[in-house]
Amino acid sequence: MSVVGHAPPPFFKRGPAPLVRLVFFVSLSLILLVADLRFHTLEWARLAVATVAWPLQRITWLPIDAAGDVGSYLARQSTLLKENEELRRRQLGTANLLLRQQHLEQENKRLRALLDMRARLPVEGRIAEILYAARDPFSRRVIIDKGMQQGISAGQAVVDDVGIIGQVVRVFPLTAEVLLLTDKDQAIPVEVQRNGLRAVLAGAGSGMMELRFLAANAEVQIGDILVTSGLDGVYLPGLPVAKVVKIDRDSAYSFARITCSPLAGVERHGLALVLGARTALPPQPDDVPAAEEPSRGKRVKKKVR
Amino acid sequence: MQPTHASRRILLPVRNWFIVVTLFLALLLNLIPFGRLPGIPDWVALVLAFWCVHQPLKVGMAAGFVLGLAMDVADASVMGQHALAYVLLAFAAAGLSRRVLWFPLSQQALHVLPLFLGMQLVMMVARMVSGAEFPGVLWFLSSFTAALLWHPVTYLLLIPQFRPEDKDVHRPI
Repeated sequence: MSVVGHAPPPFFKRGPAPLVRLVFFVSLSLILLVADLRFHTLEWARLAVATVAWPLQRITWLPIDAAGDVGSYLARQSTLLKENEELRRRQLGTANLLLRQQHLEQENKRLRALLDMRARLPVEGRIAEILYAARDPFSRRVIIDKGMQQGISAGQAVVDDVGIIGQVVRVFPLTAEVLLLTDKDQAIPVEVQRNGLRAVLAGAGSGMMELRFLAANAEVQIGDILVTSGLDGVYLPGLPVAKVVKIDRDSAYSFARITCSPLAGVERHGLALVLGARTALPPQPDDVPAAEEPSRGKRVKKKVR
Repeated sequence: MQPTHASRRILLPVRNWFIVVTLFLALLLNLIPFGRLPGIPDWVALVLAFWCVHQPLKVGMAAGFVLGLAMDVADASVMGQHALAYVLLAFAAAGLSRRVLWFPLSQQALHVLPLFLGMQLVMMVARMVSGAEFPGVLWFLSSFTAALLWHPVTYLLLIPQFRPEDKDVHRPI
């Protein structure tokens, strides 16, 4: 096309028109969005990129780590003394329970054996440090410093010293993502500790949670403690989750609006305990006589044949 | 056509490696875990918009797409969210490049502010149609911070292109 030795100047070669390129990249992004949101098929790509980018990410934590170190170095002695005092007091307060726990566990095992019930499996935990909150402003996630290498798998429950924080949703080689309870997508089956009323607790955004699908006259009071019911097969039963703070019984709606605040320091950062994957599933429906089966409630059914 | 900002200097041609390095540094800055602190600018969007305005033939939507994917992984957000927003930002910034460089820097910042806000709006729409929660009005503060940073970032990124001023009375420019 061109005269020998005279290539056309580069500003004439611009490739496809900008609008064509825009349509191409936008449709590509939209395909990715739909593939990730609807079908969750891009986890492998995410894992690959995250693994490659891990050293970079570690470097970028340095300023925050340094700031934390300086902050703790400058922490005044009085603050530390006060904290020490507080911790000692709490330890003494729980010593009574701790000392008797072993005894109670033995007794519980014996009683369960007497009643011919399945023994509750002891659950091991793994202490992890919450590194930081994920930057994504649309969901509530934190990153912990244990991952695939330490045997963390998606679906494990994460607790702190007071109650449940959330659930591991994504695992990378050295880190894992925990979806907090207050996220809008997170639901957890609970029961009211006072009377055993079962319900589903879901995140409501802005650090609160909502007890869904309870009738307007349901027997819930302000101040009730909600604990996990264990019906989902993910969370162990009896772990404290939330406290009822506000009940709005409007007879115009068939459901009550019950707002709860989490008990654990869901939005605080520190150490957390990743509970082992729960393997004890409810007995098979085929093996148990139908009369013993509760007719209501969500059950985890798993076919093992 | 030369950019006629306050320095009135004729710029040297940009080096490709410098563009790559600055985009990479912006990505690193974005990876610093500030959590949900409001007002932290999106450095990648800022630097990308800068290069799309100043070098629309070298940096464009392909760069925006790749950087967006990297941010999606780093942010633990949905794949394609940042990619979509950055591609649209790159397109708009490249379209603006003929016009915006004739203005002084403060007015340039006013020109790019709607681009950043639009980018955040695109991200918000992409997430909220899928049922995510509203991140709060304060989240949009980061666009304003980015627009405020347009002035210093312009000088910072153009430093390698500045030439020493030689006063020559016989030359018209």
